[in-house]
Amino acid sequence: MLILAPDGSVVVAAEGDPLHVPIVYLGEAVPEPLPLSLVEPVATDKGIAGAKLAIGDNNTTGQFLKQEFELIEKIVPEGGDLKTAAAGLSDAGQTLIVADLAAPRLRELANLPEMRNAIILNIRAEDDELRTSECKPNVFHVIPSRAMKADALGQWLVRKQWMRWVLIYGVNEPDKAFAEAIRRAAKRYRAEIVEERAYEFKAGSRRTDTGEQQVREQMTLLTQRLPEHDVLIVADESEVFGDYLPYRNWDARPVVGTSGLVPTSWHRSQEQWGGTQLQRRFTRASNRWMLERDYAAWEAVRTIGEAVTRTSSGDPAALRDYIISDSFELAAFKGKPLTFRKWDQQLRQPILLATPLMLVSVSPQEEFLHQRTPLDSLGHDEPDSTCRLNQ
Amino acid sequence: MLQRKWMALSVALACSTALDQARAATAYVSNEKGNTISVVDLDKMETVATVPVGERPRGITLSHDKKLLYICTSDADHIEVLDLESLEVIRTLPSGPDPELFVLSRDGSTLYIANEDNNFVTVLDLTQGVVATEIPVGVEPEGMAISPDNKVLINTSETTNMAHFINTETLEIFDNVLVDSRPRYAEFTPDGKEVWVSSEIGGTVSVIDAGSREILKKIGFEIQGVRADTIQPVGVRITPDGKTAFVALGPANRVAVIDVASREVQDYLLVGQRVWQLDFTPDAKLLLSTNGESNDISVIDVAERKVIKSIPVGELPWGVAIR
Repeated sequence: MLILAPDGSVVVAAEGDPLHVPIVYLGEAVPEPLPLSLVEPVATDKGIAGAKLAIGDNNTTGQFLKQEFELIEKIVPEGGDLKTAAAGLSDAGQTLIVADLAAPRLRELANLPEMRNAIILNIRAEDDELRTSECKPNVFHVIPSRAMKADALGQWLVRKQWMRWVLIYGVNEPDKAFAEAIRRAAKRYRAEIVEERAYEFKAGSRRTDTGEQQVREQMTLLTQRLPEHDVLIVADESEVFGDYLPYRNWDARPVVGTSGLVPTSWHRSQEQWGGTQLQRRFTRASNRWMLERDYAAWEAVRTIGEAVTRTSSGDPAALRDYIISDSFELAAFKGKPLTFRKWDQQLRQPILLATPLMLVSVSPQEEFLHQRTPLDSLGHDEPDSTCRLNQ
Repeated sequence: MLQRKWMALSVALACSTALDQARAATAYVSNEKGNTISVVDLDKMETVATVPVGERPRGITLSHDKKLLYICTSDADHIEVLDLESLEVIRTLPSGPDPELFVLSRDGSTLYIANEDNNFVTVLDLTQGVVATEIPVGVEPEGMAISPDNKVLINTSETTNMAHFINTETLEIFDNVLVDSRPRYAEFTPDGKEVWVSSEIGGTVSVIDAGSREILKKIGFEIQGVRADTIQPVGVRITPDGKTAFVALGPANRVAVIDVASREVQDYLLVGQRVWQLDFTPDAKLLLSTNGESNDISVIDVAERKVIKSIPVGELPWGVAIR
């Protein structure tokens, strides 16, 4: 194609077929806990909506470079056969994969020989073991780990000098895992967990006719006669009781953790560093606000896009080399370039601290320094991990 | 002794001349959060008026006769025209959604507006007050610049990470240059031979040859005691003699001084917090920086390369234009 420059000279645009880059969104149709509050809309396209937006962004850039990105959605049934799916993808040369999978299925996928040379971008599993003892060269973690989130919250509590914590956790595995991350943060920041309690009731229905009175009594009972404390930290990823705690707890103490003030990689109130544009584009495309998994999927697809733009290649090996190199940086509305930790392939990123309607702060807090980057004050640092990828 | 007195006298003379010539200059500052324009008298060195305008005013520019101020009121989704005599908004112009920055054509007839929200540059015919056309560009268009001969329009797109070169006659992109992450601002050298593009997240300024569209150099910044990831280049201004460039470095709270010929950083000037945009007084003796977090502007003596004054303005100052 010939294009006229204003000085009359003719510019030759890139010739030949465009570079076609397929990106697979691989998920499993498993039911997820619904938000406890009826006010909170239930998103049925959580994750994939962010991937779609990022594909659009990649293609807007790609049109200037003759690069085309395609999003292929592949959702296996609950407990479905990942091996067959992986073999099909590998045969079709589709090995750039955004994985919306819980940790056990992610492990299974990463270990398949068909996926040995793939790039798997984890947007869901926050499990710390995946970053400390089970690292895989073909897996990049886009979603922050629980330890990163607990540290982000811990730094804020230290800054506020709220050093006496009560920890209340649910009985499901993810709840216990977040509680463990909170314990680790307490140790790191020399906060004191003055008491722990488990909440053992089963999840009820979101909708009841006269639920308010019963909930009030349950939460009061759960939190009475606690030792002196500054904050109540709740670990309830399963959405069973966390949002019931604020204002119903026995002592007049703020609730933080998975309810109240929450550490998250994205929040609808985030408008800094151009965040407004991403929020608006997302809302226009999906008719709802952007959730954390949408943002992780957006980051994952943009990571591939950025690597393809800079390397002019769709080859997973070339992209992998670039993503883990010092040249890679992702601009993702956090005011800092995001990069991957070399030893565990976790995306470094600031963590937002937000209440339901308002951004409160962004960690790392200024006082927490690190010899490499302050972002490495969040989560497991190299000496805390046995992973030594890319060495 | 006599010699020293002479020197002191001549320095004093030089200073007073610099200030004399800047006199009668008035700066206009858009306050992003305050929804106002601060009017700053550079003789008195103080804010003398605060004018309410539409929501989230950011990019501002003067008409060539300096009687009007065009304002991107981003959240109001239009351009407002402030009459600088009466200090009243006399006209509202369509802009497309979320206008952030714009540039006026050399003949003053056209505004080229970056619509941050929808991947377009809107071409606004100022004589008719209507949108002439929209040019599709990359994701999140922001920086805008026009060549001295009015033939080439530059737009930078923040998520696409490119400087788009647009032919102002055909209104089509004729070339794209990949730069570092989140390019925010573009500025031609006065001779039109180079385009300087700042990358906020990349932390660099790319110097692009306007003829060949090759990147001649990526200028990096290093300030002792300042964390590298807080160095985020935004506004760029080059002196009319084409010798010196000034680059606002965002949360690093510094303005870099760069020798244009060698493309080497010569100095860093400490200004207020989160410095966004810059502008010269008409005689180019003073440079002003808007400091978003500290709600003030810094006044820089260009020849001395010294910050000589901070002047409080409105909430979250963003853009600046001086007449």
